Amino acid sequence: MGRKLLLEHADVPGIQGLETYRAKGGYRSVEKALRTMSPEAVVEEVKKSGLRGRGGAGFPTGMKWSFLAKPEGVPRHLVVNADESEPGTFKDRYLMERIPHLLIEGMVTASYALGSNLSFIYIRGEYFYVSRILERAIAEAYAAGWLGKNILGTGYDLDIHVQVGAGAYICGEETALLESLEGKRGNPRIKPPFPAVKGLYDRPTVVNNVETIAAVVPIVNDGGEEYAKIGVGKSTGTKLISAGGNIKRPGVYEIELGVSCDEFINSDEWCGGVEGRAFKAVVPGGSSVPIVPYELFLKTAAGESRLMTYESLSDGGFASGTMLGSGGFYAYNDAQCIVRSTWNHARFYHHESCGQCSPCREGTGWLEKVLERLEHGEGRMEDIDLLWDIQRKIEGNTICPLGDAAAWPVASAIRHFRDEFEYHVRFPQKVKDPKHFAKEPFVRNAKFATA
Amino acid sequence: MSARTRPITTTAGTLPFAFSEAALAECRSIIARYPQGRSKSALIPILHIAQAENDGWLSVNAMDAVAHLLGLQHIEVYEVASFYSMFNLHPVGTYVLDVCRTTPCMLRGSDEIIAHLERKLGIHAGETTKDGMFTLKAVECLGSCGTGPMLQCGAGYHEDLTIERVDALIDQLRARDQRTNYTDR
Repeated sequence: MGRKLLLEHADVPGIQGLETYRAKGGYRSVEKALRTMSPEAVVEEVKKSGLRGRGGAGFPTGMKWSFLAKPEGVPRHLVVNADESEPGTFKDRYLMERIPHLLIEGMVTASYALGSNLSFIYIRGEYFYVSRILERAIAEAYAAGWLGKNILGTGYDLDIHVQVGAGAYICGEETALLESLEGKRGNPRIKPPFPAVKGLYDRPTVVNNVETIAAVVPIVNDGGEEYAKIGVGKSTGTKLISAGGNIKRPGVYEIELGVSCDEFINSDEWCGGVEGRAFKAVVPGGSSVPIVPYELFLKTAAGESRLMTYESLSDGGFASGTMLGSGGFYAYNDAQCIVRSTWNHARFYHHESCGQCSPCREGTGWLEKVLERLEHGEGRMEDIDLLWDIQRKIEGNTICPLGDAAAWPVASAIRHFRDEFEYHVRFPQKVKDPKHFAKEPFVRNAKFATA
Repeated sequence: MSARTRPITTTAGTLPFAFSEAALAECRSIIARYPQGRSKSALIPILHIAQAENDGWLSVNAMDAVAHLLGLQHIEVYEVASFYSMFNLHPVGTYVLDVCRTTPCMLRGSDEIIAHLERKLGIHAGETTKDGMFTLKAVECLGSCGTGPMLQCGAGYHEDLTIERVDALIDQLRARDQRTNYTDR
């Protein structure tokens, strides 16, 4: 275990610059694709690789590319989603900071495959300093002839621009991102039509995550079949996991999909085990995915060891599983309060709701309000069912997935930690101190434990 | 009203606004990136420049200048500026401290950092100190979860914060007394 396809050279001094990057084999995929492959052949390799969208949804990239409409005379665009705003996720920032040319190289190859002559990187505004790193890399690539007119003398032209956002989680949703790139509020569009048909400026557009586009480089270099040999089942290749929370070794790790969850969280190669007394819960794929008790992260409800794959993490559905999501991993130790963290999640989604759909705009506000009073010992027993009811009325009733993303953390917290919510109602005095479980952990009532 | 729509400041008497020559040149090069007839795409990048040129916030005069530059209706600029949380719609301090408060940072102690800054600066999150030096904002996830608690000031990320590091940073900023912007290079 432990092959690295994206971060292999991340620690090489000077790898941010073109010269070193090229010396380490950089831009080979551009040479190979533009000189020896048709655009269709590149798409075919990506299909064979089994690569799935690394932003969180996990949709097969090759399939997304093959949906791209190609009407005569209409320009097409590739837009890279570097909005990275899902709490817990900081892998794309790491990749762009450390090896900016990997993203640029992947974009040239992918843009060629898709027939885009004008591609964009939409990066969240807070990453302004990262956008400067990318701009420097792009300038180097232009000067060396990897971008611009007639690349490698093949007649293929490509311009790439970096577009900064200005602080809005919702712009990570692809249609909101396109609205923002057009200079508007980040309100998601109703689908269909999908961006593959009507995207940026109403033209056919592919929107892909940073890591997804970076993965195109090894796929083209080594072939889709080689890439697909790594991993388990439909979870092929490697995945960047950004690990945080109460672990000993926070950071960005590239894992081969299929590493066991136990190894990932406890081995010194990765998270290095718990910081504090004991692990309590895990959010493995960004704040939107269901929170699970530590025991359910290690083993499925059927008692099988869980693996870091799309399938294994979601085994058991929402009753006992969760999701790989964006790879925004964070773990809780037993000094943490689930009610407090759920309130924090709810406040985030309320703040970030664009306000278009009533169930989300109003519902996220109610979730925040009710959770706030529960956390402060001012709640009622009925509030727990009220929360359940509100989240159910949001889920599935909104234009974009932000509604679901707001509902799932609340639903999973109640499903697995209902006794902790009840404790807040029963013992209001004990939860007045914001660090109420710091001295002594909450002892779960066996009746409610699901693991 | 959605949490994402915030009121703009329409107080009469806000200072007149004009882009500097250098800023105008940068705006023009940004506009040139987009296809013919799509210059509205430049709106957000140009609002960042206008904010940096207007002491860190967007007055109506600054937003109207942006509308004029891009040939947009004023409302097209206001509705965008009021949507995105990095655009300040009220005057701010020399330094805006954006402290992340979202769950992964909370697990690593951001509540204590915010409480400490509130005590130290004598203001609540969302307010500006009387001397106009600091604006404290509690913001949502800045993508620095493995190095939390953290705060952003201008373009810079200050990570793995402790009470001592926060104190040192505040002292350092006070001594320098020079505005920071997100667009700083």
